[in-house]
Amino acid sequence: MRSPRCAPEFNPTLEIPLRRRTFLLSSAATLLLAGCGTGDPGSDAGAPAPSPVAGDENAAASLVFWSWAENIQRVVDLWNKKNPTQKVTLSGQAASDELIAKFLTAVKAGNAPDVLQAEYQSLPTLITNNALQDLTNVIAPVKSAFPEGTWNLTSFGGATYAVPADVGPMMLFYREDLFEKLGLEVPKTWEEFGALAETVRQKDAKRYLTTFSPGDAGWVAGFAQQAGANWWSNEKEAWKVAIDDPATRKVLSFWGGLVNSGAVLGDPMYTPQWNSQMNDGTIIAWPSAVWGSGVLAGVAPSSKGKWKMAPLPQWSASENVTGFWGGSSTAVSATSKQKPQAAKFARWLSTDPEALKVLVEIGLYPAATLGQTSGGLDTAPEYMTGQPDYYESASKISQTARGFDSWGPNTNVTYGQFEDQLPTAVKNKADLAAVATKVQQASVADLKKQGYQVVGG
Amino acid sequence: MTGQQKRAPYLMAAPAVILFTVFIVVPIGYAIWLSLHAMRVRGAGFGIRTEVFIGLENYLEAIQDSALYEAMQRMLGYGVIMVPATMGLALLFALLLDAPRVGGKRASRITIFLPYAVPGVIASLLWGFIYLPAVSPISAALEGAGLPAADFFGDVSIFFSVANIAVWGSVGFNMVVLYTTLRAIPKELYEAARIDGATEWRIALRIKVPLLRPALTMTSVFTLIGMLQVFSEPATLRPMTNAISQDWVPLMRIYQQAFVDNDIYLGAASSVLLAGATVLLSLAALAVFRTRSARSDR
Repeated sequence: MRSPRCAPEFNPTLEIPLRRRTFLLSSAATLLLAGCGTGDPGSDAGAPAPSPVAGDENAAASLVFWSWAENIQRVVDLWNKKNPTQKVTLSGQAASDELIAKFLTAVKAGNAPDVLQAEYQSLPTLITNNALQDLTNVIAPVKSAFPEGTWNLTSFGGATYAVPADVGPMMLFYREDLFEKLGLEVPKTWEEFGALAETVRQKDAKRYLTTFSPGDAGWVAGFAQQAGANWWSNEKEAWKVAIDDPATRKVLSFWGGLVNSGAVLGDPMYTPQWNSQMNDGTIIAWPSAVWGSGVLAGVAPSSKGKWKMAPLPQWSASENVTGFWGGSSTAVSATSKQKPQAAKFARWLSTDPEALKVLVEIGLYPAATLGQTSGGLDTAPEYMTGQPDYYESASKISQTARGFDSWGPNTNVTYGQFEDQLPTAVKNKADLAAVATKVQQASVADLKKQGYQVVGG
Repeated sequence: MTGQQKRAPYLMAAPAVILFTVFIVVPIGYAIWLSLHAMRVRGAGFGIRTEVFIGLENYLEAIQDSALYEAMQRMLGYGVIMVPATMGLALLFALLLDAPRVGGKRASRITIFLPYAVPGVIASLLWGFIYLPAVSPISAALEGAGLPAADFFGDVSIFFSVANIAVWGSVGFNMVVLYTTLRAIPKELYEAARIDGATEWRIALRIKVPLLRPALTMTSVFTLIGMLQVFSEPATLRPMTNAISQDWVPLMRIYQQAFVDNDIYLGAASSVLLAGATVLLSLAALAVFRTRSARSDR
């Protein structure tokens, strides 16, 4: 299900989404917060052998499910209707990076939920904290229901820890009416995109092609994936970190050039200002992901039917590839006492035709192949009236998406570094590619500090 | 004394002691315990993290953390604006409200106090709207008047923008404390001064302000502590601008360590350091105020 950072549902006029939800802290509260959960030093020393899930998955159960997806209650209701002896209770969570800290604390304290919605990039952090159950033996039967690239998002070192639920292949949204009015062509390559940005400025000084929002690391990661970057790979004994690679530098230099020359804006997305600019035509294109139509419906209600979606521009005309932004999976807590039933629910949520239909209805783009081709996706989202074949195009684009080999065990640190340094670099009109070097160094230093073996550096 | 009477004081103190222990002593103790530990990886490749004792390693890292010092510098920059502005305005408003023949006292008092009732996060969201050029009524007004646009998120103006929210929110509270103290001053003092020919201005400076000193000391210490704990205003504005980094002030840095980098142990060490600094600074401020008032008593 989509990342909060990527696609908060919000009212465009009043409620302001925070990319990272924050709450009041005094220093006393910091101490209190630091004090939650109970320490249990030494009891989990040494890596326990991964044990397969065993037991009767049809036994009566009462499961707790942590999720932040809007209206996911509808899917839970469907399950409860069909499985009266295996009740699932939804506990709605504020989606954010803090959810991981909250879940890890709950695992330590022994009151973790049985089932958890987890973004793909947070899985390694959860796995290395010994918080997730290895589900390989119970979910292997549904492996064929997913494209291989998607299945790999939840498999690490030969074991699968979660069932992919939804994905966010990246695409380009643009204001078709304004493109026509200004006589613009939808860019096929990033080179064309850059030239177009200048053209827009020349033709109408009030408009910008788009904004480069520097505080969204997941977005940058998606661009880097498209360009061929492979930020993390796990080579048997050690991690290889390649954030400071030619592909990432190419992406950052490209955007840095545009934003520093003033061809595109450098302001963050998901602010009241951005909402207003998306709505009134100040910004006329938005590289986003498949769930972007839902966001547009929220922030730009008055331009309904005017936005269209096209494949993301390519780095070379002969290529056809995109990256991922957002998406999540369903995992089972390592401390759950009802693992077989929990795994059954996780499997059902992502593969059952009826469940998939509801997932589409609540605005998620299912990870399962069946979900991308079946009933619910026949009609375009209500907002995209100008594009009846929205999901058909999305499905084609989705086939071309590539991710990294793996997410790193400290993706949160890497993201935090990007989100700290890119905004500052944009503010100071500095070289954005240099940020890749700094993030690489900080990520590697953190891995080493934690005791990981790192090759290269 | 009967046995029951002997037990009575302990029983009466028990609720306070228990609450203090559960909500202050234990969490502080646990934070200190956490600050001496860390998650470290065992096993090659993917590995599993386990909690280990690492002594003072976290403290060494926290002390050498340049981001924390930069955050402190920004906090001081913010404080240099916020503390005098809050105290000055609170004192000014309290004196004005206390001056004779001032109309609309009740309404003014409530108007000045009202922002204090608005939670900091909400206030920051509201001000965020006003600061963002594309939706700002101020920018719209300036544009309408043909004036250059104001940049609320510039390198320097950002400090004023953040401080402004805090000042807006806290002047009312401090004003009420000072005003209440003023109301408690015997009116005979003013009458005597007036008979001696003192103007309202002189009465304010020579009688009211000196008698307000204890209340001023208290509100100043509160405001200073408020400066050390600044978090919600910049943290709420951060998503709206590139001018505020994730580690803009010390508490944001600690928040980043604990919940973004997921290193609650390092966050705990930084928290302990910041709490220590807060205690020291508060004591120092109190000592300064005390010597000053002792000097003026002589």
